Amino acid sequence: MRSLTEPILHFIEELGRFCTLLWRVLVWTPRRPWDVRQLLRQMQRVGVGSLPVILLTALFTGGVLALQTFSVLARFNAERYVGSLVALSMVRELACVLGGLVIAGRSGSAMGAELGTMRVTEQIDALEVMGADPVHYLMVPRVWATVIMLPLLIVVSDAVGILGGYLVSVVLMGANPVSYMETTFQYMELQDLLSGLIKAAVFGLLIAMIGCYQGYTTKGGAEGVGYATTRSVVLASIAIFISNFFLTKALF
Amino acid sequence: MADPAPGKTKIVLEDVHKSFGSKVVLDGIDLEIREGESLAVIGGSGTGKSVLLKHVIGLLRPDSGRVEVDGVDLAGLSYREIARFRRRFGMAFQEGALFDSMTVAENVAFPLVRERGHTKAEIRDRVAECLEEVGLTDAAGKMPSELSGGMRRRVGFARAVAAKPDILLFDEPTTGLDPVTKETIDTLIVELSERLGSTTVTISHDMVSVFRIADRIAMLYDGKLIAVAPPAEFRQSTDPRVRGFLRADNQPATV
Repeated sequence: MRSLTEPILHFIEELGRFCTLLWRVLVWTPRRPWDVRQLLRQMQRVGVGSLPVILLTALFTGGVLALQTFSVLARFNAERYVGSLVALSMVRELACVLGGLVIAGRSGSAMGAELGTMRVTEQIDALEVMGADPVHYLMVPRVWATVIMLPLLIVVSDAVGILGGYLVSVVLMGANPVSYMETTFQYMELQDLLSGLIKAAVFGLLIAMIGCYQGYTTKGGAEGVGYATTRSVVLASIAIFISNFFLTKALF
Repeated sequence: MADPAPGKTKIVLEDVHKSFGSKVVLDGIDLEIREGESLAVIGGSGTGKSVLLKHVIGLLRPDSGRVEVDGVDLAGLSYREIARFRRRFGMAFQEGALFDSMTVAENVAFPLVRERGHTKAEIRDRVAECLEEVGLTDAAGKMPSELSGGMRRRVGFARAVAAKPDILLFDEPTTGLDPVTKETIDTLIVELSERLGSTTVTISHDMVSVFRIADRIAMLYDGKLIAVAPPAEFRQSTDPRVRGFLRADNQPATV
């Protein structure tokens, strides 16, 4: 019985600590000094740095969506809806989930490793000793940079995904360019776009918070840092999949 | 026990207990540190020396007991008050704990920048002064990764003294260094403390170094302080645990 309840209790304990840390990030956010430079630096690292990977992901996802749906929709003579299908899938679902996973792998892991290294080399203790709260100094800029940048990346990603679908349909499949673009936007509503962006912002929060949490609580040298990095990516990915389901349910 | 350095009491630890899970690390520590003295806390690895130091600066809070600095009980302070309170402390960490995304000069300037109210010129001058004190004027623009272990520690010292604290804490300042560098570091600890007139607490298991820098030595064993005495007296101790530690450390390392 004990072996059964122990992991559950452990999980609840971790969750509690995680929420406490999230609360501290929120509490510290409005406090001075505002470190705008640090925020911009993190935004650059998360946003600009990830742009190429995100664009490639989106381009090929849009392309493969067009490939797949074209052949399936052709079975019931509905090829002209490929544009709508690609656009709606990208905007509502794929851009933010795949983009979130890419950022979890790129930035979440970096945060886990960076803060983890700072923890095991006592840099976090040094911050505290010098009166700089690690939550304020390290986490606030990272969390907000990710929350701001992920939706922006997703907007670009939506556009590039649609472009990918367009290229495949028009160039490879010989679809009519004008009617393809027409169907792309025919059934799309603002809400589709917004829901994708809201999801992206939530994923950004989860990715950065999990990365920071794992790094902050790192124990035990180089091995601990490796462990924290892995957990940052794995847990953030799982969090994205689970929260995606509930967000989709709530938003539509 | 003799009273080698009479003066005002700076730091008081009173019956401090601390456990991590089921492991008791500090088991009733009573210690008075006087203003201006240099105290060394010795003990084997994993005996909780660092934990003791972290209590003095309020990074850890005792499970029971009190820690007082200048007559102020740390437990009674809010989170913000502790942050402000820590400005009286300068702490040098074991491996330096330099921020590796910043240059040496930015590292040393960090506590001054955080304090606010200093002009850029003041900060620049103070940083130059501190780097000169530790003999690293040339390293100002370098990144911590470009420095040797001994240099990193000296930069850590410069950062610790930058804001002119009245309490200096050194965590294992000589561990893992060669004998020559050790001597430089020990001399530096004495010089920096004297220049600031600070109260100094050093954690170490290096007896050679401790005899060079300390006015008093305290030995931590099994979560308790088993001996607190000036070096001369400490050397004459008949306590078998103290004798064992002195003997073990004076022997050349064997593999």
